[in-house]
Amino acid sequence: MSVETTTLPRQKASLSNAQLALCFVGAAALMTMVQYLGGLPEWLHRLPEALVPNFAGWLDTIFNFVKDDLGLLVLTRTLTEGLEWLLDASGNIFFGKRRWPNIGPIPWTAMAAVAAIIGYYLGGWRLALLGGGTMVWTALIGQWEIAMQTMSVLAIAAPMAFVIGLSLGIAAWKYAWVDYVIKPVLSVLQTLPFFTYLLPAVIFFKVGPTAGAVATTIYAIPPMILMTTLGLKKVSPEVVEAGKMSGCTKFQMLRHVYLPSARTEILVGVNQVIMLCLAMVVLTAFIGMPGLGAKLLAMMGSFKLGRSFEIGVTIVLLAVMLDRMSKAWVVKQPEHFERGTPFWKRHKMLVLGIVAFVGFTLMSLVVPIFAEIGRGQDFSQGKALDDLIKGFLSIEWVKATTGFLRAFLNVQVLIPFRNFMLSIPTPAFILLVAAFAMALAGRKQATYAVVFFSLVALSGWWDRAIITLYSVISAVTLAALIGLPVGIIAARSKKWSNRVLLICDTAQTFPSFVYLIPAIMLFGITDVAVIFSILIFAMVPLTRYTIEGLRTVPEEMTEAADMAGATRFQKLWSVQLPLALPTMAVGFNQAIMFAFFMVIIAAFIGTQDLGQELQRTLAGTDLGKNFVLGICVSLMALTFDLTIMKWAGDKKSALGL
Amino acid sequence: MKKMTTALTAGVLSLAPLAAMAQDSSDPIVIPIHNWSSQIVMSNAVGQILEMNGNAVEFVTTDSQAVYESVRLGDVTLELEVWEGAFGASYRAALEKGGIVDVGDHDAVTREDWWYPMWTKDACPGLPDWEALNDCAALFTTAETGEKGRYLDGPVDWLKHGQERVAALDMDFVVVNAGSAAALWAEIGAAEADKRPIVVFNWTPNFAEAVWPGEFVEFPAWEAGCDTDPAVGPNPDALFDCGNPANGYLKKAAWEGMEEKWPSAYAVLEQVSFTNPQIAEMARLVDVDDLEPDEAAEVWLEANKDVWESWVN
Repeated sequence: MSVETTTLPRQKASLSNAQLALCFVGAAALMTMVQYLGGLPEWLHRLPEALVPNFAGWLDTIFNFVKDDLGLLVLTRTLTEGLEWLLDASGNIFFGKRRWPNIGPIPWTAMAAVAAIIGYYLGGWRLALLGGGTMVWTALIGQWEIAMQTMSVLAIAAPMAFVIGLSLGIAAWKYAWVDYVIKPVLSVLQTLPFFTYLLPAVIFFKVGPTAGAVATTIYAIPPMILMTTLGLKKVSPEVVEAGKMSGCTKFQMLRHVYLPSARTEILVGVNQVIMLCLAMVVLTAFIGMPGLGAKLLAMMGSFKLGRSFEIGVTIVLLAVMLDRMSKAWVVKQPEHFERGTPFWKRHKMLVLGIVAFVGFTLMSLVVPIFAEIGRGQDFSQGKALDDLIKGFLSIEWVKATTGFLRAFLNVQVLIPFRNFMLSIPTPAFILLVAAFAMALAGRKQATYAVVFFSLVALSGWWDRAIITLYSVISAVTLAALIGLPVGIIAARSKKWSNRVLLICDTAQTFPSFVYLIPAIMLFGITDVAVIFSILIFAMVPLTRYTIEGLRTVPEEMTEAADMAGATRFQKLWSVQLPLALPTMAVGFNQAIMFAFFMVIIAAFIGTQDLGQELQRTLAGTDLGKNFVLGICVSLMALTFDLTIMKWAGDKKSALGL
Repeated sequence: MKKMTTALTAGVLSLAPLAAMAQDSSDPIVIPIHNWSSQIVMSNAVGQILEMNGNAVEFVTTDSQAVYESVRLGDVTLELEVWEGAFGASYRAALEKGGIVDVGDHDAVTREDWWYPMWTKDACPGLPDWEALNDCAALFTTAETGEKGRYLDGPVDWLKHGQERVAALDMDFVVVNAGSAAALWAEIGAAEADKRPIVVFNWTPNFAEAVWPGEFVEFPAWEAGCDTDPAVGPNPDALFDCGNPANGYLKKAAWEGMEEKWPSAYAVLEQVSFTNPQIAEMARLVDVDDLEPDEAAEVWLEANKDVWESWVN
């Protein structure tokens, strides 16, 4: 498998790199052959355990030193108190937690009205319907209070991520050294498995909404930093010149020249922050985040498929609503009024919103159902959905198909592939990865690959790391086989592109936990179930970026192809795909990152990889081991990230895009 | 519901002078909630009892393994369900590190072992005997396990020694570890549709009893030393050649500072003790009757005044 992937792009890389890569592959193949013939000494096949350094112990010591002796715990605990106060206040406003300022909860009708008005202001009737409709759905299905518990934390976490991300982004743009420091830290943070965040978050920030908010914030910051820096770098010199001529101070330059010019990128960053915050709703429930995620886990623990599905739908609706609204905000240009326009005219929507809010709040004092949908008054169809899902899963042809897939994929494909990967001697495997990096990106990336994978080998978790990698490669390969054709076909028309993109959005925000259960029911506790659940997640970026890449191919190019008399297939194969390839590579890269994220979550199905070991360390007695395992995952993911992104960048500049 | 709470509060008002004597801190007592129903309802019930005792109570959702670190730090005040089998290891490790104290056992005993839903017995009538199960191993084969039967064990971190037992008793089974309780339910749920025989790890008290009636496999009875001395049990050369103890503990644990900070609440917690049927009833209210956990706790407290009123005193 890995041999194949290295041969394809080799012709495109420069000759000497390609030759070197080929040598690596040859050496690796030779070594593997010798191993099969039984001639390889054991210490060359796998690192002897006696040589594994005690990384876990060292990390434990460092962690305790930073925590206690340097007093980090005292510092974070002080910060936690401030954060807790904020969360208590927002908790009171959103769901009536008994804390200062003791005015909440806001009645659901008032919330729904405001959401509809904001929607109308940003994007007309359709968004108004989406905003109001989401709120009404949440209330009617009986999830209002838990949804508001979630929102009360997100309402603090998202702005925190925005402010920190924006500040760091500005700093990284202003000072080169900040950029140098931040970039690798961000890469590691983005690839570190969630189970590694979990314990430090609990220790430093106290289990509960505080730890949940901090974990969410950390997870959501990176794109905000990247987008801010990107936006600021793009500000045109003319605008800067104009600012300077009007005598702006440094701060004024930033506030009135740079930031407004970078508005679009910054708002895209905001959109990303919101989406990532929502992606964490379920995972953070492990560390005390209240609301939808916690309820979902409880429902799954007692095998209530219908109710967990409904919660999943609510999360998707909230995500799609916030996503569409923030995107509409991106394209909405600031309005300008003539001097002397009265206040209410300039802020018509604001006034309307306040009126509706006050109106519904007052009404809810008289009509209780406007304030809260009581127990037993909701329209939850949990039981009926349960039967529906179970009914679907027991249809004869569904069972026959999945039964066949399970037997075929597992026994004929996956297990042999896994055994093959495990049979490769460690040094040979490192050589193969290096060859892959060399052929695609270059010597620098190959060096990183060797260093990173050698560290994984030194960690002593090699076999488990390989099983993790095997799941990732299998899932991404399958995802490409399905996702790429879907993307190519959908990209033909605008209508279908939009439809498929909506499905992508839904699949991405629908909590992965919800389909872990059906995956098990269909495929049993096997590798197929694991790979199926990763697959859904990994397909999204592949399809999305394929569509985006193909739809943004310059029209002149396709017209030229048409004029040259190319058939549809020729046009696709020789014009559109090559031009879209760099963008598609970004999608491919993201698919791998998502797969690394999801493969760890799949430990809940039952795996034998790093995720399973990570899950074992959650009791908190093995912090050092937890870090080692997390870093192993991160190192492997980073190798791919560095290689593919370098390749995509090179290709892009070669194509002049 | 408000009315009921008021009534309950009035019921214990007579005890108010007693409660007022104790100098409990006004800070909220933080009770952790995990992802299985009986624990959630029990936590709500005890929370409501403590509220009647005059304490402020808050709930926080956490992972059931990671919670012990939080109890040690005092972020979470107590833990109502420490299962010997599933959490014994984490709990003991936390005890060693310090910061957590043992507040006694519930009356309830826990049992964790190989288990099958009733329909399995139709296909393999010799059950629940383990040798009969072994003779039926062919019924439990899957595509991956070849000719051997599959036994679905709990997550590895529960340390159930399924593998060792299969080897020690020379059984024709392959042990596959599920990743979570939810994964076990999903497998049972899938098997239910066509009444496929299945043998999985399960435990009691548990909601599953109400949804899928079933039985534990009877292995050679547990004897002390079965896990440490090879001579104990039918196989003289192997450990784990017997079933799990049929009466594991179900413990309460608390942060070590609790007794000092909330002495009266701590005294109540020491008294708290539920039995197996009571726990099953709590789980049933949520899992079968579809009540919300806090509502289920109210209903249960209302119906079982005689059980808990003496604890508050």
